Amino acid sequence: MFRYIVRRLLQMVLTFFGATFLVFALMFANQTDPIQALVGERPISESQRIALTERYHLDEGFFMQYWYYIKGVLTGDFGTSMTGRKIADMMADAWPVTIKLAIIAMIIAVAFSITVGVYSALKRGGLFDNVSLVVTLVLLAMPIVVIAPLAQLIFGIQLGWFSPTATRDATLWQLLLPAIVLACIVIAPEMRVTRTSVVENLRADYVRTARAKGLNRMRVIWVHVMRNSLIPVVTLIGVDLGTLLSGAIVTEHVFNIPGVGFNLARAIRTEDGPLVVGFVSILVILVLFINLLVDLLYAALDPRIRYE
Amino acid sequence: MPGKSPWKMAVGATAIALLAAGCGGGGSEGSDTTSNTVVIGIGEPQHLIPSNATESNGAEVLASLFYPLVDFDAQNQPVPVAAESITPDAKNTVWTIKLKSGFTFSNGEPVTSDNYINAWNYGAYGPNGQGASYFFERIKGYADLQSKDPDGEEGPQKAPEPKAKKLTGLEKVDDTTFKVTLSAPFAGWQSVMGYTAFYPLPKAAFSSDGVIADGFEDAIIGNGPFKLKGKWEHDSQIVVEKVADFKGTVPKVDGITWKIYQDQQAEYADLISGTVDVQTTIPIESLAKASADLGDRFKKSPNSVFQFVGFPTFQKEFQNVDVRRAISMAINRQEITDQIFLGSQSPATSFVSPVVAGYRPNSCGANCEYNPTEAKKLYEAAKGPKEIKITYNVDGNHKAWVDATCNQIKASLGINCVGGEEPKFADLLTKVEKKQPVGLIRLGWIMDYPLMENYLGPLYSTDGSSNYYGYSNPTFDNLVKEGSEAATTEQAIAKWQAAEDILAKDMPVIPLRVGQNVFGYSTKVNNVNVDLFQRVDIYKIEVVG
Repeated sequence: MFRYIVRRLLQMVLTFFGATFLVFALMFANQTDPIQALVGERPISESQRIALTERYHLDEGFFMQYWYYIKGVLTGDFGTSMTGRKIADMMADAWPVTIKLAIIAMIIAVAFSITVGVYSALKRGGLFDNVSLVVTLVLLAMPIVVIAPLAQLIFGIQLGWFSPTATRDATLWQLLLPAIVLACIVIAPEMRVTRTSVVENLRADYVRTARAKGLNRMRVIWVHVMRNSLIPVVTLIGVDLGTLLSGAIVTEHVFNIPGVGFNLARAIRTEDGPLVVGFVSILVILVLFINLLVDLLYAALDPRIRYE
Repeated sequence: MPGKSPWKMAVGATAIALLAAGCGGGGSEGSDTTSNTVVIGIGEPQHLIPSNATESNGAEVLASLFYPLVDFDAQNQPVPVAAESITPDAKNTVWTIKLKSGFTFSNGEPVTSDNYINAWNYGAYGPNGQGASYFFERIKGYADLQSKDPDGEEGPQKAPEPKAKKLTGLEKVDDTTFKVTLSAPFAGWQSVMGYTAFYPLPKAAFSSDGVIADGFEDAIIGNGPFKLKGKWEHDSQIVVEKVADFKGTVPKVDGITWKIYQDQQAEYADLISGTVDVQTTIPIESLAKASADLGDRFKKSPNSVFQFVGFPTFQKEFQNVDVRRAISMAINRQEITDQIFLGSQSPATSFVSPVVAGYRPNSCGANCEYNPTEAKKLYEAAKGPKEIKITYNVDGNHKAWVDATCNQIKASLGINCVGGEEPKFADLLTKVEKKQPVGLIRLGWIMDYPLMENYLGPLYSTDGSSNYYGYSNPTFDNLVKEGSEAATTEQAIAKWQAAEDILAKDMPVIPLRVGQNVFGYSTKVNNVNVDLFQRVDIYKIEVVG
């Protein structure tokens, strides 16, 4: 187990450098004139152009720019954004709120989809099952760009149940509506996978054996069926966390949350290479760790899975 | 039992996450807010150092933290505010500025001439890369503070150090008096000094001579009626509170929270629900329902925005002035402002904005009037191109009106017209600089100071900073220059108007629309005015009841 983790961690280092290199290359290839992009449509003075070009090494080649960046990262310095702010500060501001939002969304999604999924599976073919299938179909069909403003309009403005926007130091209550919206994009697949998985396992031999042994129904479902049914769900949840972080771009925009999604969108708009790469690096690390965690959870759920 | 411990780990992790999510909230809201404060929505400022704040969000926040030398009255004439008097010499070259005594920065430092001189020198010094450094261009010695990259931007060589670090045109007389010497006479200089870039900076701003201290921008100290409470909370808010016994005009509210929005729609949602008190720009998507939502709290006021398209005069097919006139006459401006902008902008019939002194309605004359039959005759006689293109940047919400304009041109002139899409403004400029045939160029302008010259100079003179379409007319350039050097404002305006008449003949651009502030406010506030610079008048706004 220990050797497995070490091996995975070493792989992560490679993946990290590969991913940042790729993102950096893509940003570099897409750059036309970051200085003009930064100031928008205003004319830019010669002296400002010279100063910014030198400060951010814009006149040097791609490899030099990447080298400056990596050198900074390795010494704990994420560099300075084109706006003049320290990227480390911007990340310290943005990441907590997005992670908070994603975690709340995840908890809502998992709690909802597993409960409903299991219940649907147990009552397969019944009214509840059919209704939930139709609802998830609708959710699957609706993109978040529709759900987010719609939820803001109905629950935020017209009914006034929630505040229509949230800020960085939002309370749990203020983040609830955006989190529910965000959860909507992962609820449907998670619920359906749970349902299918439980339905399959209910028919499995070991369940029949358990029943034949005379175990009571609750114990069969919660201990025997659930443990096996959760393996695909856990995989999906791991993948979904990535989906949530990217889905946050729209949600954060609509609900005015200054998180990662917003910063990424702005950085891409202003061709701010170091800023994009900075945020993406953390995103890469997060996803890598979540994947590792998911793999380790397999072992917990299924004793047959062993890592060496 | 390999299966047991990871389970516990997962449960533990979830518990920590839950705690983090639950406890992180709260913060600045709550007990310490008094009722006599307002919340005004803005976008994230790019910078708060005065000489670097060139966009309206930064300027709006700074207007509450600083007290300007010069403000503008209802007729947009300059009035000394922090200055006791501003007196030019006979030729308008040497300007003596006497400061009112007793003013201090919010950290207690007295405001002296040095604060102005140091701040302006910092702003003008090229390697500091300040966005508004070009405002100091007229002051003597500016050129020596700049450096040119010897082999262009792409080349490997670094730009050399500029020759000088201080403007020779700034001279301290005593603690409350200083002199500004311009490199050429300029009658409108007093108006220029009303701009954000001319605020003073306290000694605390500099860590050493000419170097701004790290972190000063986030905790900026001004000489204005409000001071920063805490720090600039990036992307979230900037809270300011009243300075005790402020010597200048005292605002009626005790504090302002500049709440930062990334999206105007979200801001509008908060305006409706009362979380934000003033929104200076109602997004166009919400205009239709704004009067129903806000009633008489939905207001309009003039601003300085000027929207136009430029003819690339380097392209052969647009060199005939009749072609340019015909295309201008083929456009029904009224229809576009009504249908697409829902009255939030109005048709432009001049080359400068109505907000500046010397503006004359209809100085563009028949050339800006919708007259499809005359346009078609003119166009055919001049043998204009069979297909034209209006190029715009797609990230700026221009598609709707460009398409509508094209349709009008198609219908009036019987030619084909298409919208040319460029992802960003920078891409458009790159093509224009390489003189690629982009067709007509969509452009807009917001003034820096209320003078005709601020439109005529940058937009139409040969070396104008925003003259991307290469228009050049020596007579015009001369008239603008003569106007700037004229002895009185009246003489200056006469020259500038003569220059504008040349534009009406040459039609280097098609004036399309002038902007308006379309703003709204909550039931909590009253006396809300939004000025020419799209800023809320912080001295007039008050809390109801």
